[in-house]
Amino acid sequence: MANGNKGGGMSGLLDHVRESQVWNSIFRPGSPFRAGYSDSPRNRSYVIMNNVLYHLHPVKVKRHGVRLSYTLCLGGLSFFLFIVLTITGIFLMFYYRPTSPQAYLDLQALTTDVAFGNLVRNMHRWGAHLMVLSVFLHMARVFYHGAYKPPREFNWVVGVLLLLLTLLLSFTGYLLPWDQLALWAVTVGSTMASYTPVFGSQVSFVLIGGVQITPDTLLRWYVLHVLFLPFIITIFLAVHFWRVRKDGGISGPL
Amino acid sequence: MAEIPEHILRRSAEARAKAEGRSVEEVLAELKGEAPPPPTSAASGAAPAGRDLAAEAESSGVPQHLLERAMRARAKAEGKPVPAAGGGAATATATATAPKPAAAPAPAVPPGVRTQRLLTVVKAGAIQQVKREPHDKVNVWPHLLAIEFVALLACLAFLIVLSIFLEAPLLEFANFNEQPNPSKAPWYFLGLQEMLAYFDPQVAGVIIPGFGLAALAMIPYVDKNPSVRPSDRKLAIMIFTFFIMAAAVLTIFGSFFRGPGFNFTYPWRDGIFFDDLKAILE
Ligand code: HEM
Repeated sequence: MANGNKGGGMSGLLDHVRESQVWNSIFRPGSPFRAGYSDSPRNRSYVIMNNVLYHLHPVKVKRHGVRLSYTLCLGGLSFFLFIVLTITGIFLMFYYRPTSPQAYLDLQALTTDVAFGNLVRNMHRWGAHLMVLSVFLHMARVFYHGAYKPPREFNWVVGVLLLLLTLLLSFTGYLLPWDQLALWAVTVGSTMASYTPVFGSQVSFVLIGGVQITPDTLLRWYVLHVLFLPFIITIFLAVHFWRVRKDGGISGPL
Repeated sequence: MAEIPEHILRRSAEARAKAEGRSVEEVLAELKGEAPPPPTSAASGAAPAGRDLAAEAESSGVPQHLLERAMRARAKAEGKPVPAAGGGAATATATATAPKPAAAPAPAVPPGVRTQRLLTVVKAGAIQQVKREPHDKVNVWPHLLAIEFVALLACLAFLIVLSIFLEAPLLEFANFNEQPNPSKAPWYFLGLQEMLAYFDPQVAGVIIPGFGLAALAMIPYVDKNPSVRPSDRKLAIMIFTFFIMAAAVLTIFGSFFRGPGFNFTYPWRDGIFFDDLKAILE
């Protein structure tokens, strides 16, 4: 399948690499990155089928499902924002210690001393707001399409859990800068939860680790924010995507 | 050429060997490209000269009388003498040794045209349940992946531009002794905080969000209407839209129209008391 006439120099080297065993062991048959890829119906199927993408996408979807105006890409963008938040969040973790007053000092240093630190912090913060927004809009679009109707009832329930987890992720992150905004916004938010009938004080105790916010709360919310909640939401995302496919792909057309 | 699994090669070799009256091993070797194909049979258009119908019937499962009838019909169509195929083993051997028709007529198929043999017709329903809705489908690659990729780039570009021009707030160090006035929850909880102004905290802070979430999760089990056409779902759409609008109005109210002491304020008169988006709005 080699190209008949190999150029010398750079392109010759490229051809050589693309025909090597290492290359071909990475890109499975049908991959557009393989030498000799041609655009055929069979290869179009292989691009998905022979690829880790097969975990997310079927080979074919209903034609109306790819129209931008149907999903508005909102579910996909929610997921993409989650990935961006994971990447920027890992970057932030390198510079952040969840203790008082170090947390605040670390954030100050991040915005002034670290290359791209401020940009990444901004991306993490605005990305989080955008994700709440896009998940909410995704839910609305699913409702208006009646896409929660059988057989998709349970995926809607999974979606409601995802919405709740998204809010919790955002809310736990809110405390971490340990500034006046963080402290008092979280105070107001978690005071509401302490009004839970009967179990109020227990709920509050579990949530903030005491009767009021302390540096212990900071550590607790940090662990929830960077480990526990992302872990849980990842599991539910997997279920959510799997169900989208098992329920017959995207719903509709209307 | 793609690798063809061994068992499929063997199956087709067996079929061809039977049709051409050769040994399976020979055909198999030829299929694998290990041996040259035999010289093309002179009698390619002619019916196989001799056939052991009894054996053939047994191996193929086609009743012998049908095989005979097919052979006779083909011979007649080709204008050749009907081979004597009485049925017994003796007759079959006799036909097998009978001389071939002297000059086989040239094949009726013009050169360059490919002919195909229909081997078996199996009705789909007989071996598998086929449930195919007549859906209009497109390949995910490239149609969907390209769109997703562009959406992803646009989203990333938007986020980066936003982050270059808008600073995320970082106020003074957390001070337990100095509560800012007003103190507001993150914006997505401001609708709830707004309701605190009207209801008992237990109702606004716990019961409404708790029941709200439960009600949201139960929508698919309560709404039994199977139609997805908007014109059939007027009530459902009305109720949902009402709650969405209520949440939006409460959130906007809590964000922009509440000032010190969480008292009512006009943002254009008294300024904005909304730290989340202060950077954008000022
Ligand atoms: C982290 C949050 C979420 C992510 C990343 C996510 C992702 C997705 C994706 C990628 C799809 C494929 C179709 C599309 O893009 O619209 C989808 C479909 C769906 N989602 Fe979500 N989703 C989330 C939250 C929710 C929420 C909050 C709900 C509802 C309460 C929900 C309910 C559904 C349903 C019912 C479908 C099937 C829609 C159809 O077949 O048309 N999801 N989701």
